[in-house]
Amino acid sequence: MRFLDRFGRATVDFFEYAGGLTLLTAESVGFMVRLRVRLAETISQAALLGVQSLIIVMLTSLFTGMVISLESAQQAVAYGFANLVGGAVAYASVRELGPMLTGVVVAGRVGAAIAAELGSMVVTEQIEALRSMGLEPSRFLVVPRLVALLLMLPLLTIFADVVSIAGGMWIAQAYAHVSYDGFLSSVRQSIDVSDVLKGLLKAFVFAVIIAMVGAYQGLSTRGGAAGVGRSTTFAVVLSIILIFISNFVLSFLLFG
Amino acid sequence: MNPSGTKLIARIEDATLAFGESVILKNCSLDIVDGAITCIIGLSGAGKSTILRLLDGLLLPSAGHVYVHGRDICHMTEDQRNRVRQKISLSFQFSALLDSLTVGENVALPLREHTRLSEAEIRQTVMDSLDSVGLAGAYDSLPAELSGGMLKRAGFARAIVTRPELVLYDEPTTGLDPIVTNLITDTILKLRAKLNSSAVVISHDLQSIFAMADYVAMLFEGAIIAYDTADRIRNSSNPIVAQFLQGSEIGPIPI
Repeated sequence: MRFLDRFGRATVDFFEYAGGLTLLTAESVGFMVRLRVRLAETISQAALLGVQSLIIVMLTSLFTGMVISLESAQQAVAYGFANLVGGAVAYASVRELGPMLTGVVVAGRVGAAIAAELGSMVVTEQIEALRSMGLEPSRFLVVPRLVALLLMLPLLTIFADVVSIAGGMWIAQAYAHVSYDGFLSSVRQSIDVSDVLKGLLKAFVFAVIIAMVGAYQGLSTRGGAAGVGRSTTFAVVLSIILIFISNFVLSFLLFG
Repeated sequence: MNPSGTKLIARIEDATLAFGESVILKNCSLDIVDGAITCIIGLSGAGKSTILRLLDGLLLPSAGHVYVHGRDICHMTEDQRNRVRQKISLSFQFSALLDSLTVGENVALPLREHTRLSEAEIRQTVMDSLDSVGLAGAYDSLPAELSGGMLKRAGFARAIVTRPELVLYDEPTTGLDPIVTNLITDTILKLRAKLNSSAVVISHDLQSIFAMADYVAMLFEGAIIAYDTADRIRNSSNPIVAQFLQGSEIGPIPI
């Protein structure tokens, strides 16, 4: 009986969470479609959430590109296929690692920031104050963050792709003596524009996940400072899990 | 409970509200007289702030009704309630100013969102509002730079900037020294006179309450057990009210 009770509660909690998240997303998208977007706040959020993530995205993608190049160059040189290293790096970066690693890094940094900020606003009654002034927190707070991430995450992903390939190119030249021209020629042969666009489609999906999970967790915060901590942690964990799951589904649909 | 022959701006009728197992209000009724200052007293955790949130439509009762200008806000859409809220303002206990905005931007927020005033008109209205609460110089300050009393008054300025018909004050004097408490009490009286509005004030400061209240209601165990003019409540023979006003540990109120 106790197991059934717990199972029942967990099921109700799951559907309550999924329903709440879906409603908040639908409400926010509704405001976006009706162009009820606070432009100045959106630009400010784009700078805060996007531009300030540049360094961490650059470092992550640089070393990822370098390690792919290092690993693939070892094998490629051994078997006489050094000219394929550029293709291997570009293929992995543009289709998978660029969008996904950028998503994960931004989820850790930005998803946590959104959940913590909105959670703090809940516990200090700022969200209730907005509602008492007849302002919808979704339009006032969530939409600017969602639009900012929808703009910035694809740009960060392109940046990550370029940095990753550049890092790989440098290591391939230094470690396996693959010329820059040969590396870039291999890149051009292995990927085309559709691969980049499919990677960007993933970035759009990840942006929605990060913004909405962070915002929903923040707005659902209960219980003071400890509650803000729980919301922040859960927002990051759930965003990363959803990014991995949706990455697989999107790869299956787009490349499978 | 209602004083007869008075015009009402709002009314709570048989409202019941529970959070899980905890029943906050049970068949609670209260009339808010138009143009008057109504103070609500009661023990900590009795549900006084909940009554303000019912009047503002931030919480809805699980049973009963809340009327504002004779219209039941419980059966409105959120958009309709948002329109009603433009005539009601809630001043929060800890002011609840948005900490990313300056005081001026906070006060200007309802005007920017709900009116078509020009930036110059908004700035002038905000300055007037800040001036009314003695904070004319705080326009560009961030909330974190203000003292507790200044924060409360900045919250008042935001609450009155749209010239609401009903202002709800949630514990405006809690945590303030006696001088600032007097200043806050005077400010509430001045604002009522200036706006010609009604007010509901929740407070534990009896001196402040009897200095400003036209009517006083006492909330006890989820219901209003006494509601009358301030003078009659001060001299009430109700043992619960008398014990509360005397601050005595002996009496029918369980400690």
